[in-house]
Amino acid sequence: MDFKTFCFKKSLWLFHFGGASCNNCDIEILDCLTPRYDVERFGMVLVGSVRHADVLLVNGSINKKDKPRLLEIYEQAPKPVLVVAIGACGCTGGIFAEGDTFAGPVDQIIPVDAYIPGCPPKPEAILAGIVKLLGKN
Amino acid sequence: MGTYLFYFLIYPGFLFAAVVGAFLSWFDRKITARVQFRKGPPVLQPFYDFFKLLLVKETILPARGSKGVFLTAPVMAVFGATMAGVFILLPLLGITSGFRGDLIVIFYLLTIPSLTYVLGALASGNPLAAVGGSREMKLIMSYEFTFLLVMAGIIIKSDQSIDLYRIIQMQQEGAPFIGSASGVILFIVALFCLQAKLALVPFDMPEAETEISDGIFIEYSGTPYAMIKLSKYMLLFILPAFVIAILLNGVRLQGIGILWALLKLVAVVLLLTLIRNTNPRVKIRQAIRFFFVWMNLLAVIAIALAYFGL
Repeated sequence: MDFKTFCFKKSLWLFHFGGASCNNCDIEILDCLTPRYDVERFGMVLVGSVRHADVLLVNGSINKKDKPRLLEIYEQAPKPVLVVAIGACGCTGGIFAEGDTFAGPVDQIIPVDAYIPGCPPKPEAILAGIVKLLGKN
Repeated sequence: MGTYLFYFLIYPGFLFAAVVGAFLSWFDRKITARVQFRKGPPVLQPFYDFFKLLLVKETILPARGSKGVFLTAPVMAVFGATMAGVFILLPLLGITSGFRGDLIVIFYLLTIPSLTYVLGALASGNPLAAVGGSREMKLIMSYEFTFLLVMAGIIIKSDQSIDLYRIIQMQQEGAPFIGSASGVILFIVALFCLQAKLALVPFDMPEAETEISDGIFIEYSGTPYAMIKLSKYMLLFILPAFVIAILLNGVRLQGIGILWALLKLVAVVLLLTLIRNTNPRVKIRQAIRFFFVWMNLLAVIAIALAYFGL
């Protein structure tokens, strides 16, 4: 692993995109930042602006109103950027997959690097997903 | 010429201030984590952040807005922090620059980073950055006068000397300035000015992350943001170093003095971090009132006390 990749993996800044979510996954993502799980151990912090983001956390089903916004957010992020789909809705669409307003799971809109299924995924599962993301390439 | 370049680029200047500042930035984050019962980031985290932004990330320029000013502003911020760092650290480390009025120059150089942040924010053409920029401007106007009053107090305490080397010498021959009533008040006021200059939490409304998404830095990415991070690291070192120089006796770099110097630096940064962790963000109106009324009042009282030799 060269120096650039090493620094990138040691300092992933997270940006949270919530689609039409039921807020359960949002709360589980926030749990990862709390004292019990504390992802800042791995150098991850939640940033306010997408211009600083290295990882897009996308959760919730993506409906027709969310789709252009998700695309725009993805284009605004400076590359390289990793995308993580969180929760059943983010990965496949979940119970909304056959709905009228559903605009496709996340990976049909933007390229996804890691999937963390669950409804909602436990913070442990999110941490395991992050570890797999760090081990990739 | 060679010596001056060494001063500016390596030992008390750019490289030294950046490395020490990065470690202090880690210390700040670690203490924050410990206060919240978390584990906190690894020691080299500020270096990873800096090199990631510098080498890996793409730089995006604003489509509407002044690209030249947008890119020049972070470089000027690093330049201002370096210059202020050299002027503060040379006398602090016992190397006299032979310059008799450096206190005034330091005051002006220390405003350069904040001013360039405002310029860069307004050049980006983002409405949230404009909100942050206007808040930063108001913040500068409110704390600069208080900071000037602190310096006036120091000048009165040191028999009308505006030479930082002379001020440190006077404290090392006699007693440190903080050992008197006016000195304690000046230290409190200076600490709050530092908090505002570093934009730490009670006064972080220019970059209010949860409210206006990093405000003045919202459009920065990649290398320019790395420069901004660098200037922030340097300011986190040189501003506490300045307070140590004017109030806490300076440092002596021999034997046990090195340990004392480190302890003083860590203690000042620890105070800043604890204030940051135990306070909510105030509104800009409250911050202006806080500095214009209460801190100015305290500073004037300290100056009056110093005038009567207390």
